[in-house]
Amino acid sequence: MVDVIVFLVSAAIILGGAVGVIFSSHPVRAALSLIATFFGVAVLFVQQQAHFLAVVQVVVYAGAIVVLFLFVIMLLGVDSVDDLRDEPLAGQRATAALLGGMLLALILGGLFLSGPGLDTDGGALALTGQSSQAGPVNQLDESQSDIDLLADDLFTRNLLSFEATALLLTIATVGAVILVRNRGGEDLVVDEPGTAKR
Amino acid sequence: MEVTATWYLVLSAVLFSMGFVGLLVRRNPLIMFMCIELMLNAVNISFVAFSNALDDIAGRTAVFFVLVVAAAEVVVGLSLVVALMRRRPALSVDDLTSLRG
Repeated sequence: MVDVIVFLVSAAIILGGAVGVIFSSHPVRAALSLIATFFGVAVLFVQQQAHFLAVVQVVVYAGAIVVLFLFVIMLLGVDSVDDLRDEPLAGQRATAALLGGMLLALILGGLFLSGPGLDTDGGALALTGQSSQAGPVNQLDESQSDIDLLADDLFTRNLLSFEATALLLTIATVGAVILVRNRGGEDLVVDEPGTAKR
Repeated sequence: MEVTATWYLVLSAVLFSMGFVGLLVRRNPLIMFMCIELMLNAVNISFVAFSNALDDIAGRTAVFFVLVVAAAEVVVGLSLVVALMRRRPALSVDDLTSLRG
């Protein structure tokens, strides 16, 4: 019963944060709503015994990424408020809502209409080809901590991918530096559409 | 009553669709990035739910990689936004029409 309450409260926080991101006219408010969503997701991770991922979720998402967002918002000026009543492209909202509803219906349809549910053993059998009781390859062992299992999987079966992420982060850092580097004071050239470029 | 994997998957589907709608509706590139983060988080929820339901650690490893790629994506994306803003003070993706034929 406590599980259900925790799930419902964190689901409300997650969806409320998502609504805040979509509907707030001010970018700072959207970023703060994003923190609520990330914390809710972290609570759900704890509920599913993924403790390490919950910590990483809070540190990386709610910490680093949201701070980066806020930093850029402050750098670009906090006064840029979108007028949400203004709809430059006629029918865009209705089309977006329709497409979103169709996407949701598609996912839920796939979830509920395809074979046995995941909660039964037959569903797990249909997805993996083996019963969840039979002991799959990378079995979650309750006696071992989450971080042990993750490290074991990461440094044995996914070592190459792990090293590729190191390369990816290096490339991202170098790319960020190159993109925002100021080459000899040529900044603040406002090239409006239609005017000749430099 | 018990919280099963289906509950998490339904929540994940709703969150993913909300991120998708936000991405289509908003024109501020920063908020569009936030909506992409919402969609990535929805996927993370379902990865962990599948990991628990199928008793397999691979789903959690996938969440780890999603986190790393999301961090890299945000860094590059936000530096693109900063580079754009140096040239165009109005923060709207509708103004980015340089490639229009």
